[in-house]
Amino acid sequence: MKVKMLSRNPDSYVRETKLDLQRVPRNYDPTLHPFEVPREYVRALNATKLERVFAKPFLASLDGHRDGVSCLAKHPKSLATVLSGACDGEVRIWNLTKRKCIRMIQAHEGFVRGICTHFCGTSFFTVGDDKTVKQWKMDGPSYGEEEEPLHTILGKTVYTGIDHHWKEAVFATCGQQVDIWDEQRTSPICSMTWGFDSISSVKFNPIETFLLGSCASDRNIVLYDMRQATPLKKVILDMRTNTICWNPMEAFIFTAANEDYNLYTFDMRALDTPVMIHMDHVSAVLDVDYSPTGKDFVSASFDKSIRIFPVDKSRSREVYHTKRMQHVICVKWTSDSKYIMCGSDEMNIRLWKANASEKLGVLTSREKAATDYNQRLKEKFQHHPHIKRISRHRHLPKSIYSQIQEQRIMKEARRRKELNRIKHSKPGSVQRVSEKKKRVVAVVK
Amino acid sequence: MSSSRAAESLLALNQQEELEDLPREYPLSTSEDEGDSDGERKHQKLLEAISSLDGKNRRKLAERSEASLKVSEFSVSSEGSGEKLVLSDLLEPVKTSSSLAAVKKQLNRVKSKKTVELPLHREEIERIHREVAFNKTSQVLSKWDPVVQKNRQAEQLVFPLSKQQSVFAPIEHVVSGWKARTPLEQEIFNLLHKNKQPVTDPLLTPMEKASLKAMSLEEVKMRRAELQRARALQSYYEARARREKKIKSKKYHKLLKKGKAKQALKEFEKLRKVNPAAALEELEKLEKARMMERMSLKHQNSGKWAKSKAVMAKYDLEARQAMQEQLARNKELMQKIQVASESAEEEGGAEEEGEPFVPDVVNEVQVKADRPNPWMFRNHSGDTKEAEVQGDPEELAEPAAQEAPESEEEGPVVAEEILLKEFEERRSLRQKSGLNQIAKPVGSQEAKDLSSQEVLSELRALSQKLNRESHQSRKQELSSTRTVLAVQREEPAGEEEEPLLLQRPERARTLDELEELGKEGCFQNKELPRVAVEGQQLERNPSNHLGVPKEKKRKEQMIDLQNLLTTKSPSMKSLAVPTTVEELEDEERDQRQMIKEAFAGDDVIRDFLKEKREAVEASKPKDVDLTLPGWGEWGGVGLKPSAKKRRRFLVKAPEGPPRKDKNLPNVILNEKRNIHAVAHQVRMLPYPFTHHQQFERTIQTPIGSTWNTQRSFQKLTMPKVVTKPGHIIKPIKAEDVGYRSSSRSDLSVVQRNPKRLSIRHKKQLKKISVD
Repeated sequence: MKVKMLSRNPDSYVRETKLDLQRVPRNYDPTLHPFEVPREYVRALNATKLERVFAKPFLASLDGHRDGVSCLAKHPKSLATVLSGACDGEVRIWNLTKRKCIRMIQAHEGFVRGICTHFCGTSFFTVGDDKTVKQWKMDGPSYGEEEEPLHTILGKTVYTGIDHHWKEAVFATCGQQVDIWDEQRTSPICSMTWGFDSISSVKFNPIETFLLGSCASDRNIVLYDMRQATPLKKVILDMRTNTICWNPMEAFIFTAANEDYNLYTFDMRALDTPVMIHMDHVSAVLDVDYSPTGKDFVSASFDKSIRIFPVDKSRSREVYHTKRMQHVICVKWTSDSKYIMCGSDEMNIRLWKANASEKLGVLTSREKAATDYNQRLKEKFQHHPHIKRISRHRHLPKSIYSQIQEQRIMKEARRRKELNRIKHSKPGSVQRVSEKKKRVVAVVK
Repeated sequence: MSSSRAAESLLALNQQEELEDLPREYPLSTSEDEGDSDGERKHQKLLEAISSLDGKNRRKLAERSEASLKVSEFSVSSEGSGEKLVLSDLLEPVKTSSSLAAVKKQLNRVKSKKTVELPLHREEIERIHREVAFNKTSQVLSKWDPVVQKNRQAEQLVFPLSKQQSVFAPIEHVVSGWKARTPLEQEIFNLLHKNKQPVTDPLLTPMEKASLKAMSLEEVKMRRAELQRARALQSYYEARARREKKIKSKKYHKLLKKGKAKQALKEFEKLRKVNPAAALEELEKLEKARMMERMSLKHQNSGKWAKSKAVMAKYDLEARQAMQEQLARNKELMQKIQVASESAEEEGGAEEEGEPFVPDVVNEVQVKADRPNPWMFRNHSGDTKEAEVQGDPEELAEPAAQEAPESEEEGPVVAEEILLKEFEERRSLRQKSGLNQIAKPVGSQEAKDLSSQEVLSELRALSQKLNRESHQSRKQELSSTRTVLAVQREEPAGEEEEPLLLQRPERARTLDELEELGKEGCFQNKELPRVAVEGQQLERNPSNHLGVPKEKKRKEQMIDLQNLLTTKSPSMKSLAVPTTVEELEDEERDQRQMIKEAFAGDDVIRDFLKEKREAVEASKPKDVDLTLPGWGEWGGVGLKPSAKKRRRFLVKAPEGPPRKDKNLPNVILNEKRNIHAVAHQVRMLPYPFTHHQQFERTIQTPIGSTWNTQRSFQKLTMPKVVTKPGHIIKPIKAEDVGYRSSSRSDLSVVQRNPKRLSIRHKKQLKKISVD
């Protein structure tokens, strides 16, 4: 008689080491697993709730400045180094890991208007209200040496902003006109103007590095070509643009932070309509910076908050504020895309997580898998009302909250009025203008 | 002198004008110049006034010593003279001197030139500049479009984008950092060190190095050259051998063999003169080879190859030739036997003809040596003859080679004729018998054999004819439907015939066999096909009979459909009729008719009622049948639980509350909607989806590891953006995506005169200004 024995392959149940997880054989036949959707829904709901529970973005506050922080700069080679300029002419260099100021320079008399680093990280430039451009060494002076700038350029007018070229020893300043400087010379190699007004900021395009964008106080944004030494185009918006920022992954996209509480993302080849209007702030937007991945950007506002917008969404995904943070003047996204820094009126630089509920530090593979899964679940069920409500909920200061309500009412009233106007006038005589077109006054060739 | 100077000044003026056309780059500096010249003029006037005071000659003052001094950029100064200077004044002195023809020409050209167009307004020019620059820049930027699109749609983006290129480190660098630790490793290292094997630089051992050093430069060079040459030769021969090996042509190989044989012969001749003993051995070898060849019967016409060739020979000239050669070879080999058996005198000539490769001396020698085959014994008389001819074996070989094919050709041709005759006879026999079926096999056999194309075509025509006759005879017998079928059946057969006729059977037969087979086939095929065909027909008959009623049924159905169509046709007529009566009413009615027609099929009210009925049915609570088959009674396939049992275990559903739309005949109220669930349901279709089914599908596919394998789980939960902590993400670069970044730096471009326009730009400018 033949006896049949049960036999199993030990590979399927024996662990290689004691630390391995026990293998659980599983039948994936869908008929055996009803309630997939409800179970996943509950998981998604829990993940969303936990995300809100763990959303604690504030990391540190760097204090030391004796006046409002007017400008910030990232170090191009070191993630831990940050430079900041204050309204009393003081420049400080910070170490983020130690959260301490490592160097302090009295750079200018009056405001430090702009600060930027050399692309190889050996030196940095500052401009101030005292009509000077100064170049400083990144490393501090050795013992017994005086703290002195490498070069000082004395200009005729006040410089309001500075930006360094991404690849070459060239920098651009703005004030009455946009000047392009060679680092070796004391006079600009070319200066470009278009009309007469004070230009508040100038930015080099990080990809096509010969392109510049600037914004002036007569409500316009001007684009320049450094090679051909000529302005390219000018777009006039409803209100003044405070600053612009280029997308580091998409050469032709830039975002402008406007006084009318909105941010406008433009494709520089088609300036007559913005690609997207980002609205959520309730006061003037003062600064904007892109994440190095080019997927989000952060904006600092006069309404004492900073907001994070996805590039392709018109509403923000995150708002950061603290009780003590006043008008935020400058903001930067660190080059590893993990953190955000903001400098504000009340003399502090604050460090935030870019992802509010992200766990910092090294994750085990299981943790990583779990976070990925949770993220996917949240995305999958994001349209479900409960999940949507929870994930969108943010606590806001009373002032901002009431402002939002008020502006909603105002907006609704405007809309109603427009509708009524269309309704009560001869058909065709009043054209409906899209919201995007409305904000652009003119494009000057 | 003065006139030439004047001309120069005029030219300078002209240039000035041209310069002014261009945009003025330094407005500040030009204004300064203006001031300077103004001051100069005043100074000049002052001097003049002073000089006029003492009343000297005015003319002297007006004379110019330096052209550049007094020529301002606005006008030619004619101070002192008091009169206006015109072009004709300048030309006058030129007229007198004939040597200034060139200048005259130039001046004339200047005269004939039209006035320069008014330059564009500065702002206008700047605008054009900007526009051109903008277009250029946006073109440059457009190259990023595909990259941006790709990144936006990417499933996953991993930052930083630029990957560190893996660098190839030489092995010495890697090894130098490594040290032997374990005893085994140390032992191995010791061994290596003892033998002075290179550890870090494994290219050359010290011995090799030393040997390299020992040689002088020239020696090394020579040695290297030698080696190179040897290597080149080797590779050349290898390549040649390979190439020759690959050649498939039989002709080539045959030629090669012949060539080799000739070569061998020559060598043998030489050897015979030099070293007779060695030659003898060689000879033996050759003879043995020949004998082997003869024994093998390789050249008989019975091989597979020969048979296939025989089939082909009829159509293919080459094949025929090949066969003939084969036969010749056979003859050649066979003749020896004849030689052995026949008389010596006859054999002599044949011998010379048949053996071109091996000289006769060879045979002679062999006779003297040991004889492996006594059959090969040869008479001495032949030898003597051969001895005479011996002098020039090559000459002899040629006529022999020429004669051989002739004799070969004669043989087959005769054979062919005989065969043809035989076939014709047989054909006539067959025609008399009048059987088409035989035509196929016999015809094919014929094709295999040596009959011509004419025979084939004749046969084909005949068979077709016969086919037709048979059809007609069958037609008379069978019904019409059957005939159609028969024809259909026959057609493929007819089609088959052709390939069959052309086909050649694989098995080759001797002529006698063929003949016999043909005769037998005549009788057999006479009987067989008829029976077979009839049998097949009989088999088909029942199906044919069945087919008829079916067709009838179908026809009836067709008629029914037609009836239906005809019943509908009056309505169509009504459409056409009123057009003649009235126009307005006609239109209205037309529309109504149109609508009626359009919605003719769907009865809305009935549909609604039906729908409502279904909804009511669906909403009613269902009875629950708890019967378990096989409990308490016999079970099995086809057995049903008894009615009694079913009744007992049927749980009747309670009457639900009355429907809300009970008294509303035109309304269906859905009572299924669960208010509690609504709070969790998505009300609006979210943005990227276009149909609710898409959205539902995405929700219904689970992504967790509970329902998916590990691999698919990982794939499903892949994050969209991956960043490494502590890594700086640089802006995207042209090199990252495979674009070439511009070689010139921005700075250098700026430093080259930035305001200067390229020629192309100027052209564009002109075009724009013209527009």
